[in-house]
Amino acid sequence: MADTYQLSSASLDLLFAALAADGRRILAPTDRDGRSELNPVSSPAQVARDYVQTALSAKETVFPKVEQLLSYTLKPGEVDLADAVPKARPTVLFGIRPCEASAFAALDAVFNWDTRDAFFNARLEQLAVIGMGCTRRDDACFCTSVGGGPGSTKGSDILLTPMAGGYLAEVLTDKGRAIQALAPDAFQPADGAGKAALLADVPAAFDQPALTAKLPALFDSPLWAEQALRCVGCGACAFVCPTCVCFDIQEEADKAGGRRLRAWDSCGYHMFTLHASGHNPRETQGARWRQRVYHKFSYYPERYGKLGCVGCGKCTRACPVDMNLQEHLVEASQVNP
Amino acid sequence: MSEPNIYLPYLMRIAQITQEAPGVRTFRLEFVDQAAADSFSFRTGQFGLYSSFGDGESTFCIASSPTRKGYIECTFRETGRVTAGLADKEVGDIVGFRGPYGNVFPIEDWKGKNLIFIAGGIALPPLRSVIWNCLDQRDWFKDITIVYGARSVADLVYKHELKAWQERPDVNLLCTVDPGGETPDWTGKVGFVPLIVEQADPSPENTIALVCGPPIMIKLTLPVLHKLGFTPESIYTTLENRMKCGLGKCGRCNTGSSYVCKDGPVYTLEQLNRLPAEY
Repeated sequence: MADTYQLSSASLDLLFAALAADGRRILAPTDRDGRSELNPVSSPAQVARDYVQTALSAKETVFPKVEQLLSYTLKPGEVDLADAVPKARPTVLFGIRPCEASAFAALDAVFNWDTRDAFFNARLEQLAVIGMGCTRRDDACFCTSVGGGPGSTKGSDILLTPMAGGYLAEVLTDKGRAIQALAPDAFQPADGAGKAALLADVPAAFDQPALTAKLPALFDSPLWAEQALRCVGCGACAFVCPTCVCFDIQEEADKAGGRRLRAWDSCGYHMFTLHASGHNPRETQGARWRQRVYHKFSYYPERYGKLGCVGCGKCTRACPVDMNLQEHLVEASQVNP
Repeated sequence: MSEPNIYLPYLMRIAQITQEAPGVRTFRLEFVDQAAADSFSFRTGQFGLYSSFGDGESTFCIASSPTRKGYIECTFRETGRVTAGLADKEVGDIVGFRGPYGNVFPIEDWKGKNLIFIAGGIALPPLRSVIWNCLDQRDWFKDITIVYGARSVADLVYKHELKAWQERPDVNLLCTVDPGGETPDWTGKVGFVPLIVEQADPSPENTIALVCGPPIMIKLTLPVLHKLGFTPESIYTTLENRMKCGLGKCGRCNTGSSYVCKDGPVYTLEQLNRLPAEY
């Protein structure tokens, strides 16, 4: 059960100062040339006011675009192998949307379902999330169709909801309570009864459980090839997605030594599944688009009991050919196998 | 880090290199670290990620049998950057190995059965591990038949072992090359693998079939086995989709919801029939 407080705009300054004094980096949406992106900030005044979503996701805080897995030096007949240590530091993600806050659980499912990924875990351990409930939305948003909502507390340690003169604050986890303890005076007891009225209206657009149940029977439908006709396979959707976790492992080396790197990858790329023989199990863009939808809405639920999509709409906003994930899912919901 | 780095490979020294066929080599690899050697074990059917430091990692099966202790072997064809890097290595050089990964051929379940191995070209290595495993426990099984074909005599891998299997009275080896691939002194069969299987006419009764080869060979062999009366439950194969992690995380080896690196690489035809053909 969440403890509910009120945070005045002035006490937010207090909270930021206390987080900095505790040695924590604060990442928050800032405005740059009309788009919002996560950057280190030191005061609430630096935080963007008017954003619906940041363009990129917050997953980079736990899963960097490129990170070193190991390094080595080479001598004739010898290899000196060195383990890599992730550069994790105490970080507070301030102001990310509830959809994005809930995405860390989807990443966690893949990184830790079997063997545990120490690189991801070291960063996640050091991360606290102060989410920001949504008072506005845009056409790409569909959180309520995938189990979220503009005021969802999933994944946040503290959730703020903007209200007159400040914020409604729900302190949700031990990490949240530890932050509260850094600036106890900032949090004034409040009644959370008015929360729903503060939030954006996001009606559900499709019945996700019904879609998930139907997808196995739709595998051979021409729908996926039709939807993917205009897909250029650029991979932007995967790179802005807060839950896309697929990665590549590559070498960067010279004669003296090198390092092995993990880098973001995308199932939209032709090379993603290309065999050494030249055979490709997913050789058309339609097959690759289907993989994207199925991974998130069929395989994820089957394997991990949760969705691989949070309805943030970043892919839709980033797509250079205007593929709209929500519309495609609505369409899939309406066709008969 | 408080948890171990799952991407860190073992260091392996190349103990032996066998030139199998044009561009195809077998490495025998021994652990540099004795403690790793002592704690390592695997079962037939499993695979690993092999590193050429400076080039990267590639996925191959473990081509040796778990009954042969102290080393593992891999057989690869020089195709891309990593295999070219491996091909440049000499005896004594160091490579990396992560594994063993994936599921296994359930050979304990096959006690008292006949086995027929059907392989084509560079796809013999995964079955070679099973063949030696079963031959090292020969009394577990009844008849053992091996049908192996390659494009030409030169392309046959494990030539010394083919000779050894040929000479064993407890193995029925049918070695074949594609028409036009024979040499003047070739004493084996000439013809595509599916045809040789059909001519061999193995009884499906109490028999397990293991099939591994290029997609076209598998595609044409399965109808033959079906015609002979083999059930999908009695036919096994091993898939080799592209992989980067081997650990069920990097996201590319799946065929439908099945991750080849975790749920495979070994599948029965009955299992594959329930999955989309993304392999």
